[in-house]
Amino acid sequence: MAMTRKQRRLVTIGLAGIVLAIAATLILTAAKDKIVFFYGPTELKTMAASPGQRLRIGGLIEAGSLVKSDDLRVAFRVTDGTTVLAVAYRGLLPDLFREGQGVVAEGVLESDGTFRADSVLAKHDENYMPKEVAEALRKQGVWKGQKDGATP
Amino acid sequence: MTVELGHYALILALALAFVQMTVPLWGSLARDPALMRVGRMAAWASFGFVAFSYMALTMAYVNSDFSVLNVVMNSHSAKPLIYKISGVWSNHEGSMMLWVLILVLFAALVAWRGGGMPERLLASVLSVQGAIAFAFILFVVVTSNPFERVFPIPVEGQGLNPVLQDPGLAIHPPLLYLGYVGFSIAYSFAVGALIHGRIDAVFARFVRPWTLLAWLFLTLGISMGSYWAYYELGWGGWWFWDPVENASLMPWLMGTALVHCTVVMEKRDALKVWTILLAILTFSLSLLGAFIVRSGVLTSVHSFASDPTRGVFILGILTFFVGGGLALFAWRAPLLRQGGLFAAVSREGALIVNNLFLAATCAAVLIGTLYPLALEAISGAAISVGAPFFNATAVPLFVMLLAFLPIGQTLAWKRGNLLGAAQRMMVALGISILVSLVMLSMVHGGPVAAPLGVGLGAWLILGSVSEIVSRSWRRGATLRIFVVRAFGLPRAAWGAALAHAGIGVTVIGVAATGWGVENLGVLKPGERIEIGAYSLVLEKSFVRNGQGFREDVARFSVMENGEFAGTVETGKRVHAGRDMPTTEAGILTLGLGQVYASVNDFHADGSVSLKAYWKPLVLLIWLGSVLMAAGGGLALIDRRSRIGIVVRSKAAALLAGRPA
Repeated sequence: MAMTRKQRRLVTIGLAGIVLAIAATLILTAAKDKIVFFYGPTELKTMAASPGQRLRIGGLIEAGSLVKSDDLRVAFRVTDGTTVLAVAYRGLLPDLFREGQGVVAEGVLESDGTFRADSVLAKHDENYMPKEVAEALRKQGVWKGQKDGATP
Repeated sequence: MTVELGHYALILALALAFVQMTVPLWGSLARDPALMRVGRMAAWASFGFVAFSYMALTMAYVNSDFSVLNVVMNSHSAKPLIYKISGVWSNHEGSMMLWVLILVLFAALVAWRGGGMPERLLASVLSVQGAIAFAFILFVVVTSNPFERVFPIPVEGQGLNPVLQDPGLAIHPPLLYLGYVGFSIAYSFAVGALIHGRIDAVFARFVRPWTLLAWLFLTLGISMGSYWAYYELGWGGWWFWDPVENASLMPWLMGTALVHCTVVMEKRDALKVWTILLAILTFSLSLLGAFIVRSGVLTSVHSFASDPTRGVFILGILTFFVGGGLALFAWRAPLLRQGGLFAAVSREGALIVNNLFLAATCAAVLIGTLYPLALEAISGAAISVGAPFFNATAVPLFVMLLAFLPIGQTLAWKRGNLLGAAQRMMVALGISILVSLVMLSMVHGGPVAAPLGVGLGAWLILGSVSEIVSRSWRRGATLRIFVVRAFGLPRAAWGAALAHAGIGVTVIGVAATGWGVENLGVLKPGERIEIGAYSLVLEKSFVRNGQGFREDVARFSVMENGEFAGTVETGKRVHAGRDMPTTEAGILTLGLGQVYASVNDFHADGSVSLKAYWKPLVLLIWLGSVLMAAGGGLALIDRRSRIGIVVRSKAAALLAGRPA
């Protein structure tokens, strides 16, 4: 009872359609709520972020703003030169987390205007700057480094 | 002097690659055997020259020849020998040399093993492989010359990035490149066959071993890279959905599809058009990976030095080979005659479903990887697409494929019996569901996905066992006959079963991460931190001086339910001449699980802050991938994979219980 060529093509196309539909549904749903947008402090202030929405923010860690407490709670401020954003975080900071350096944090904006981060990324090594940081700093004209995110 | 000779040899290899690209193709079109034979000689010769060139570069590293810029930038005279040798591919220029070396190695292997191939097919294949080699050698010579001299000659080199001074560097890139670049052979076969115009089961028999070989190296390369990142970066994870990881996963997914559909083409002479398309797409994804890593469009842990000209050059290579391959495909594919017919419910049908799901998974990964780039280019908005996206798209698609795999595996060719297949798999399915339920009721806490995942893993493993058993066992047969039959099964059948069981093992390891425990804290000496049934007690922190680095170390005793189980040391290293501290994770393997400690800070009062993890069954993740590769290896040494042997003896086929 082998199928004719036409039937087989029909079945194959049908199957492909089903798998494609599943994949498209998954991807479109995920694209709506699993993707995180990146903002600088100034952008964040001018837009109205809905509470509980996951965001990424980035900028320079303001000198003198880092406060560490005993239970691994950390507070610091991120600046882009015009606006300052307070960030609260509990956890371990990356090796290259230093005041005056670039940083990216992911989390949610609290109603009091503090950014509650659950992950913090700094520069991975002396040559590598997260692209968003370089981008945010370049936008503000603060970044004086090389043009590209990754440099030799 | 050797350095100049190396450079010169590379340029000669470039010229030879040009000969290999043009002359055999001309010979093949003009049906001139003498011209076609040039292809094999050119392939051998260009391998010889590239190998010489590569050795010259390696010698410059081994002898610490600091008149070579590349050596100055990436080496140091005090470096251990193994890192001098592996340091060659630690940087953009050197790794391109490795890439080119493997490219011409595969061409030489095809030239060597291809004696039994139709002459015109071999000539076209070598010609296409020559074109790829020509493009990449030209890329190295024009944009990424590793032999560049420097003057004045520095006294000492700048050393190798400390993260790369690890056995992982010696293992991961060569395996990965053997996989990545190995798929170029599948591409050359596909395009060569399109030029040549004859595509049949014979073609599939020749291309299949090369595809399997590339696939098994890529499997090992990805998995070793994952383990390296896990223990070296100190982040506690083994897969980050980093763009570069995705760049290696995509060819793996497509390559897996290709490995499966070449079976259909070889045995049933069907799915020809699709097989050819997959072969082109798989290597295209390898090229896309090269572009992602080397152009600087995406930043990641893996980023090499970026230089716009290199990005544009690779984009040119990518466009030419992908566009050219697909254009040729569009022109020639309609000429292909469809072969063997089959019912919807059959092994062929099941493999179509396999291919569809793999392609869909790959598409999800591709979209997640490239979407941020596209969006930024169009609207300027910066977004991050990370684990949540892939866990909601690629993972469920792949899980659907796995859930269906054991049934598909047992369907007969041409016309399968779904009911019969279900009956054969009943026991396996029953036990797997039972495993899930028992896990669900016994283990409290953790996500529901974990016991379900373990059940899925069990389903895959038991499904493979069932497949072997049902093919060997006959009603009324003695145990001895059963064993003889089982061992009489083709190695490819064992290979498939082993690889499928291997993915089951990996699935269990991944599922068990759901039961992982992590905790962070600040500890003074004598204090403890709990992670599940384990606790870490800080013994002491001290300073240690190693070869070229100074390390703050924290030593912990690991207690299992109050009893001493071992010690772990985790530290921060500062390497001479670098201001970047690196984290050294401390790992204690207990059974198949691991205690993983990663120190973050040493405080003035002698306390340390750290993150500690208990990772149950974590070793299964990598163990499973080794089983998958071993399965690929078994299929590779199947007698039918060997070129020239077309049919197994009828007696052996009868003993196996099924026509082979």
